Amino acid sequence: MDFGTFLVQCLNSVQYGLLLFLVASGLTLIFGIMGVINLAHGSFYMIGAYMAFSLAPLFGDQFLLMLVAGVVLAAIFGYLLEWAFFSYLYQRDHLQQVLMTYGLILVFEELRSILVGNDVHGVKVPAWLDGSFALGSVMSYPWYRLFASAACIVLALALYWVVNRTRLGMMIRAGASNRDMVRGLGIDVKRLYRIVFAAGVALAALAGMIAAPMSSVYPNMGASVLIICFVLVVIGGIGSITGALVASLLVGFVDTFGKVFFADLSGIGIYLLMAIVLIWKPEGLMGRRP
Amino acid sequence: MSSIPRTSTRMIASTPSPARAGSFGGFALPLACALAIGIAGPLLGNYASDFIVKVMILSIFALSLELLVGMTGLVSLGHAAFYGIGAYVTVLASGAEGGNFALLLPAAMGAAGLYALFVGALSLRTRGVYFIMVTLAFAQMAFFVFHDTKVGGGSDGIYLYVRPALGALDLENRTVLFYVVLAALVFTYALLALLRRSRFGAALAGIRVNEQRMRAAGFPTYAYKLAAFVLAGALAGLAGFLLASRDGVVNPELMAWHNSGEVLLMVILGGLGHLRGAVIGAIAFTLLKEIFSTHALLGPLADHWQLTLGLTIIVFVALLPKGLIGLVQRLSPRSGA
Repeated sequence: MDFGTFLVQCLNSVQYGLLLFLVASGLTLIFGIMGVINLAHGSFYMIGAYMAFSLAPLFGDQFLLMLVAGVVLAAIFGYLLEWAFFSYLYQRDHLQQVLMTYGLILVFEELRSILVGNDVHGVKVPAWLDGSFALGSVMSYPWYRLFASAACIVLALALYWVVNRTRLGMMIRAGASNRDMVRGLGIDVKRLYRIVFAAGVALAALAGMIAAPMSSVYPNMGASVLIICFVLVVIGGIGSITGALVASLLVGFVDTFGKVFFADLSGIGIYLLMAIVLIWKPEGLMGRRP
Repeated sequence: MSSIPRTSTRMIASTPSPARAGSFGGFALPLACALAIGIAGPLLGNYASDFIVKVMILSIFALSLELLVGMTGLVSLGHAAFYGIGAYVTVLASGAEGGNFALLLPAAMGAAGLYALFVGALSLRTRGVYFIMVTLAFAQMAFFVFHDTKVGGGSDGIYLYVRPALGALDLENRTVLFYVVLAALVFTYALLALLRRSRFGAALAGIRVNEQRMRAAGFPTYAYKLAAFVLAGALAGLAGFLLASRDGVVNPELMAWHNSGEVLLMVILGGLGHLRGAVIGAIAFTLLKEIFSTHALLGPLADHWQLTLGLTIIVFVALLPKGLIGLVQRLSPRSGA
């Protein structure tokens, strides 16, 4: 492997890892704060990707505007969804949460099939991000992928700022470490939950929208992302955003380089990584001992 | 950790008192049902008997998960892996000439049990929601091994050319298959029923209700849970063996996480903490799926059975947290006590 290829693969790893981070951070926040295991989280990624597919013709070259519109729609959707379905689940045990969110996946997938159909669709890269730049003498790298990485980094920094520097973030962190105490201190936990859930949905949908031009849109695209995010949350430790970031990058590298070196068995690389972490630190890299 | 006691108190509430579960009535009804199916079997048409075989195999699969979820309190979302491995090993070990029943069955159950040992040893280091995610992830790993490599024919799967046989016990014969599956179901049910009453079963119940207390009482809870996990995996392998013998074909979809979700649904649909619940759940789920996808009953909506099924699940969780058995108990005041 020459240096150019190596560099391209590194960039791919980072870009894939960061995208996963957007989905996983929502998942880990929702679990850490609300105690709900949300199997339907992958569906929000899928919904985001299909949103990019349906909104792209309306917005034309205004790609950023489309992302903003999509995020707003997804957040509203998440807010309503929390109100309609998830607010029942907080007091139930994990088993029922698994079931209900599993039911939601079936409903989302079928609605997707009714509304958009079962074909694989491509989403065009916006004209101002089309093309690629040279990297070394033979390799080149598409601008859009670099944009995707940059967007994810900006979002990760924004997330870090919100969680660590704002009053809302303070409530979120408090909620993650002791839910009952937060309620006892007079914070409107219901509203907090709704906001966190809406934010999680928006992040996953945004990841889906960003991914759409790179990966195309296809049925069941949510399920594979969901399971990888589970692996990632287990590696990073539940409720830890930093852990999710570290694990995302690890998974990004293992998966991308696994595909380069062991094409046949690339699918199981990240699971082996998870097995190693479980032997070494069952609570995850950044998790607290349960 | 904080979620464990919350879960367990609810588990106690949904479990009948040991006296009730241990009364003779607990055994007479299932035995009568098995007899009735055995007698009625040959009288039924091909479609009906085929359907019953399918339901019985799924019942074994659901019972094996009930050992984990209902009896031990371990929510596994990766149980389809062991089912699929049992089926794959059956086909792979049969080769082109077919194989010996007496060798293939232990091989299928053994391989499934072995993978369960690996998955269990790692995933039982975690608990609660972690456990759910880890079991799901390891099932997905098994899925990828069979989906991406040529071991089992890749994503297309492979055919079982000659079904397992042992003398007159030839599974190629549909009647023989019917009775073998019925016998396997009775065996699984009886095994788990005996297990529940044994010291081992009592220890599992103790772990479900309060693991820390069991550990303080001197029980090596990890070993107990691992033993239950391996046994559940091997029994799922038995169901997989029967499935491969029935269908004559296996593909990676068997291990897909939808299958793990569906079997979990069966266990809960019937009612947790009862062996009967797993069987009732398997019957109810298969019927529901059949009804939802029948055009004669639902017209064009039958094409969208996932939608109706998904909505049913959601309504079910909202209204019937204790499953169908809970519904029956609520409707009849006699057994409400």
